[in-house]
Amino acid sequence: MSHKVVIPIGPYHPLQEEPEFFRLYVDGERVIDVDIVIGYLHRGIEKLAESKHFDQVTFLVERICGICSTSHPFAYVNAVEDLAKIQVPERALYIRTIIAELERIHSHLLWLGLAGHFIGYNTVWMWAWKYREPILDCFEMISGNRNHYAMMKIGGVRRDIRDQDILPLNKTLDELTRALEMFRGVVMDDPVIQSRLKGVGILTKKQALEWSVVGPTARASGLSIDVRKDDPYGVYDKVSWNVIVEKEGDVFAKTVVRILEMQESISIIRQCLEKMPKGKIDADIKDIPVGEGIGRVEAPRGECFHYVRSDGTNRPIRHKVRAPSFMNVASNKIAAVGGTISDAAITLAAVDPCYCCTERTIVIDRPTDKKIMNGWDLIKLSQQKTEQLKKTHNL
Amino acid sequence: MVKGRFTAAEKEMKLLFNYIIFPGFLFSAVIGLISGWVDRKVTARVQWRVGPPWYQNFIDIIKLLGKEIIVPQGSKITFLLSPLFGLLSAVLVATILGNAFISPLEGFIGDIIVVLYLLVIPAISIIIGAFSSRNCLASVGASREMKLILAYELPFILAIIVVLIKSAGALQIGSIINYQINFGSHLSSPSGALAFIVAMLCIQAKLDFVPFDMSEAEQEIMGGTLIEYSGLPLAIFKLTKAILLYTLPLLLISLFWANEIGVWALIGKYILLLVIIVLVKNTNPRMRIDQTIKFFWGPVTVVVTIALILALFGL
Repeated sequence: MSHKVVIPIGPYHPLQEEPEFFRLYVDGERVIDVDIVIGYLHRGIEKLAESKHFDQVTFLVERICGICSTSHPFAYVNAVEDLAKIQVPERALYIRTIIAELERIHSHLLWLGLAGHFIGYNTVWMWAWKYREPILDCFEMISGNRNHYAMMKIGGVRRDIRDQDILPLNKTLDELTRALEMFRGVVMDDPVIQSRLKGVGILTKKQALEWSVVGPTARASGLSIDVRKDDPYGVYDKVSWNVIVEKEGDVFAKTVVRILEMQESISIIRQCLEKMPKGKIDADIKDIPVGEGIGRVEAPRGECFHYVRSDGTNRPIRHKVRAPSFMNVASNKIAAVGGTISDAAITLAAVDPCYCCTERTIVIDRPTDKKIMNGWDLIKLSQQKTEQLKKTHNL
Repeated sequence: MVKGRFTAAEKEMKLLFNYIIFPGFLFSAVIGLISGWVDRKVTARVQWRVGPPWYQNFIDIIKLLGKEIIVPQGSKITFLLSPLFGLLSAVLVATILGNAFISPLEGFIGDIIVVLYLLVIPAISIIIGAFSSRNCLASVGASREMKLILAYELPFILAIIVVLIKSAGALQIGSIINYQINFGSHLSSPSGALAFIVAMLCIQAKLDFVPFDMSEAEQEIMGGTLIEYSGLPLAIFKLTKAILLYTLPLLLISLFWANEIGVWALIGKYILLLVIIVLVKNTNPRMRIDQTIKFFWGPVTVVVTIALILALFGL
């Protein structure tokens, strides 16, 4: 058998919830090459951000992704605060950190469940999501919302964590600690899971550096990078915690990193709840001066980066988002090649890809003409379209 | 003479009745679909879900009957006929097995060998149907199914040979059952128990259940072998699987655990085996096909060989 067969994973495929397209070139069961085509989810959020005022953009970037719905606003407010040199009240920083860590737990549990589903272990899927539910209840208790919490605000947070919330929060964390112990046993010590995940989709340290992967994907390959440690924001420098690093770089290491990170997150939240001072939660910002700023946040999937430029009006003149999956998805080209189709399925999912986060720009890759569009081209196209619309409506 | 011919016609009518109604198609399909519900309900309870009502599998089949039948370009006749062959052979197995329980002495010599052959046909029909659909995902699934058959058939047949040795060389399901009624079940002897464990693993693979469901693996190849099937042919495949879900545990009971074959004892044993199968299904991830072959040809074959040697020594 020497002829190549293309196995399509996508654009619509039960493996992943979002539209994406992996062309697996296979020889029998072995994957010999992977083509990654993304761009089915581009929604023009950066362009949209330029037409909203600074406060509205916080809500807009929250809609980039339903799972990192705190990471993006967090990075955005960090960027604006960097731009305007705002001093955020201490209590607000603690609340932000708590929310971000709760989000990490729910995102990692979600991934753990999906990873179980992808290797056909539906019981892990259902159980992981069962234990994720109390976390969402905590969010609902604090913010009134399960997924888009709208907690971030330039200069502070929108809602306080009340004293009566702390007890149920601690109780949920206790339950979760027990559940995580169980998952450690069930997932990490199961010989069949180990035989499915160990040595699969290996990304070596060198390759991880070359492909600039971030987040748990990098940490599972032995790279100790974590924005929370390297460039602390929130109150990550005031609590003690460890960066979880594994050396193997396979899917199993990525699973281990995520499970252990959840335990670190629980410890961070507990410390924050203990140390949280009383006081204001908002710095009451009125104006955003001219300038530019960047915000970096360690989202559950890796470093999330926002850049904002202001010209003194109430709208950002340029807003740039780089989501972690943008860096991680490309590494599949290395990790998935050489394994079988079964391995590829879990390898592609192991970076915890989030396409709706990633797709800020669309890259058209047609076999006939290699026309590649960048963000600027799109903005120009979009502006032309606006002009056309104006003309047709006589505005 | 007239009386004799009349009896022959009566016999034929009885065979027809056996094949179509009891214990053949209708009976086994109903029991199989209810077993499918047990499977779904137990799965749901294990996964902290509620699970469907008992008639869910019936309305699923009825719904499929009303759906459009989409036939891909290619060999249409093969595509449409292969589900039928799978169903017919599964029903035949159910009939032979059911008759063996009802009247153990009426079977024919060698029916166990016929059953072994017939049990492969549903899997082969799935393979042929998948290949004739000309879908790349279906052919990946079909090639996996093919490797899977190669993997589990050897230990399965060896496990049954253990039973044949232990039943003093009887080649008839009825006489194997009779032997166990008289001398105790094979499960109670060490060789029988080992062979039983191996046979349980093999029927897990025969049923395409996790951890051996790689031919359908929806997250990898989107249902694999069944991807192009819709409407009636899909319903027939589902029905075949349901009948196998009823037949295979019953086969194991008849071969290993037939010391007591009253109706309630049978129902109890059947439900126990079914729940064990479902629990194994729900506490394991899907294995890769290469791992499966290594598993069946390695440890499983070693275990069943030990059982064979023990059986030859009369243990």
